[in-house]
Amino acid sequence: MAFQPIKFYQTGTFTVGNRLLPPEARAVQANMRRTNSLNSGHRACQGCGEALGARYAIDAAMSATNNRLIAANATGCLEVFSTPYPETSWQIPWIHSLFGNAAAVATGIAAALRVKGASGVRVIAQGGDGGTTDIGFGCLSGMFERNDDVLYICYDNEAYMNTGVQRSSATPPAARTATTPAVGEQPGNPFGQGKDVPAIAMAHGIAYVATATVAELRDLEYKVRRAMEFRGARYLHVFVPCPLGWGHASDATIRIARLAKESGLFPVFEAERGEVVGVSKIRKQVPVEEYLKPQRRFAHLFAPTPRPEVVARIQAIAERNIRKYGLLERTT
Amino acid sequence: MRKPFAITLDPGSSLANHTGSWRTLRPEYVDRLPPCNAACPAGENIQGWLAHAESGDYEAAWRLLVQDNPMPAVMGRVCYHPCEGACNRGALDDAVGINSVERFLGDEAIRRGWGFPQPAERSGKRVLVVGAGPSGLSAAYHLARAGHQAVIHEAGPVAGGMMRFGIPKYRLPRAVLEAEIARILALGIELRLNAKVTDLLATMKEGAFDAAFLAVGAHIAKRAYIPAGSSAKMLDAVSLLRSMEGEAKPMLGQRVVVYGGGNTAFDVARTARRLGAEESVVVYRRTREKMPAHDLELEEALQEGVMVKWLSTITHAGESSITVEKMALDAKGFPHPTGEYETLEADALVLALGQDVDLSLLEAVPGLEIDDGVVKVGPDMMTGHPGIFAGGDMVPSERTVTVAIGHGKKAARHVDAWLRGARYVPPAKPETAAFERLNTWYYSDAPKTVRPLLDVIRRQSTFDEVVGGLDEGSARYEARRCLSCGNCFECDNCYGVCPDNAVVKLGPGKRYRFNYDYCKGCGLCAAECPCGAIRMVPEEI
Repeated sequence: MAFQPIKFYQTGTFTVGNRLLPPEARAVQANMRRTNSLNSGHRACQGCGEALGARYAIDAAMSATNNRLIAANATGCLEVFSTPYPETSWQIPWIHSLFGNAAAVATGIAAALRVKGASGVRVIAQGGDGGTTDIGFGCLSGMFERNDDVLYICYDNEAYMNTGVQRSSATPPAARTATTPAVGEQPGNPFGQGKDVPAIAMAHGIAYVATATVAELRDLEYKVRRAMEFRGARYLHVFVPCPLGWGHASDATIRIARLAKESGLFPVFEAERGEVVGVSKIRKQVPVEEYLKPQRRFAHLFAPTPRPEVVARIQAIAERNIRKYGLLERTT
Repeated sequence: MRKPFAITLDPGSSLANHTGSWRTLRPEYVDRLPPCNAACPAGENIQGWLAHAESGDYEAAWRLLVQDNPMPAVMGRVCYHPCEGACNRGALDDAVGINSVERFLGDEAIRRGWGFPQPAERSGKRVLVVGAGPSGLSAAYHLARAGHQAVIHEAGPVAGGMMRFGIPKYRLPRAVLEAEIARILALGIELRLNAKVTDLLATMKEGAFDAAFLAVGAHIAKRAYIPAGSSAKMLDAVSLLRSMEGEAKPMLGQRVVVYGGGNTAFDVARTARRLGAEESVVVYRRTREKMPAHDLELEEALQEGVMVKWLSTITHAGESSITVEKMALDAKGFPHPTGEYETLEADALVLALGQDVDLSLLEAVPGLEIDDGVVKVGPDMMTGHPGIFAGGDMVPSERTVTVAIGHGKKAARHVDAWLRGARYVPPAKPETAAFERLNTWYYSDAPKTVRPLLDVIRRQSTFDEVVGGLDEGSARYEARRCLSCGNCFECDNCYGVCPDNAVVKLGPGKRYRFNYDYCKGCGLCAAECPCGAIRMVPEEI
């Protein structure tokens, strides 16, 4: 992996910046003149992971493209909280059309830019998991298959949060949502076979596919920068906890994202042309309970009747990820 | 302006929407007291000077350090570093090697000839300092920096006190001691050697002093009655260590027994090894846990082949042997004789049973209270006699160089206030930056660099310094292991993790401020601050 952690300093590359690091080794977010693409005053909830992830990603993309960037946005929280007409928090050229067509709109923008000879301007499409893995999935697959010059960023908060926390195809098993209540024999979202959109994107053989979380800023910024080095279709899947929908404290957003990665439930990796080329290793492995317990959507697994067999099934998912991607540092 | 089809409003910015009104908790930047600073008997701002050392500005680090302690090169060698025992990093991997960085800064200052600035103003007040040990030197230094004329009267022929006559050379090379003393005296402090004060009030009147600080130390060896044959060789630790400073080294023989369990006992035992003793045995009446000597001192002594006989008292000393009686601890941890005896071969017996203070200079001073052989002082270090302050080994406290230097500083502040007819009120201490307040995820693993220890064999035969210093690279590395507990070190985390861009970065050295117009009070900044420098307080609604 091209992203090299610096271990020498007290906080190395884990923090956003560090006064002892040369400016070029600091994150885009450490810069006093960062774009703040998604500006203050937006209506996202306290501690919103999506608002944070979107600013991280788009600021990094602005930095990587010399501020020559256009973004198309699917319907969803990100669109609603940022742009209640006529106000907007976006400080970049930005367009919203429908829930399911962000990838197609971005394709059109890229085509128009090509016709106009403005190929120096880059295009991003972005949306939540609903607009990406469910409603916009056909347009997304088409964009991949045609290899249109677009980076699609999915901010995955694992349900339709904007409309009141309904289940999506990205909702994890056992999670309580408005449409999968914690009642009956198998409370919460049923255990299915899942819908692994990063893997589906890789199956299209596109230039670059990566996953990231809001807990690892340096890694996220590196992946946006790396994605911008390719032409053609690219896909970035960012894990963004939702304090409201998941039922965790607003100050726990980053910790929850960190625990998702450290437990192995959310594998962080990058792939080029369908092949995994780098994984972000687990630094301090934790059992999935540590990730599940602070979230009210999983509360029914622990009280009033503990459901260790369900937790064990979730642990098995984490272990499969660890095996599949080699997430643990090999101990010799 | 003509608008496009179906557009009726101009685009606006969300900045019009002041989301700060949602807030129920308000983040605030704080500076908490790092545990190292809290534990330092000399009151050093350790986290502060480490921060300068981290960026490679050693002179700034040294200048901040010497605001509290004028002798870092000495301190970096003889201090038992309670700071490292308190260091939060100890719970993570290994405490920061504060003491070795301090020594590096002290040595660097000597090498580069950094000096103290002369005081901007002179008060015209004269303060008598009795004793040129660590406490007296420290007080004179702080008084001089405050603009007062300090005059030290020292009974001995050289300055340094117990740093010279109590601490062996292998722990504190004399060139280092002399360099730091000379730098203090260069502030315009007058030092009178061989000037024992016998009548304090008379000396003060004679020299027209406005106040006095007493720090005569504890130089009289305590005795214990031990029945001894006429040819037994018995010495006391104080005079033995003192005679090490002279030309003729004491003759101890092949087998030396030291009686006592303090740091001095081990200094003597280690000195005996270096003088050629094949056997050097410390006899102590209680157990290791009860022993007053520091672990570090015991550890180094054991490495050098010093042996310890726990739970033993000496009942008789003969020409070439001593008799010890085994002891047993009772439920309260107090030793009791068992009636079992044992004989140890010994050519010499050294008593290291503690020291008393020579208080003869105070006989004619009214108002003083003396308790258990030491002078009583108030929290302001003033004795019962107005204008006479005291510190170091002659007042009730732990007897270490660091504590003595701390006394000197504290007393100087109160003397300074007293001379101006005021009272020194120490600033309120902020809350301690406990380990639980840190977010240690952000700190990478970096084990402590081990100070190169001189080869054990070499240590046993010479008086070379035992513990080596750090080179520049490893000193900086060590400084950078500091977690900066409770004090912002500008890692940009709060600035980065705010979903609302409500943290304003003010630029290098200026830290950050919150923009409360937009801060929703989510608390992410406080949760993700590595060093616990942000607190959340309830908003008044």
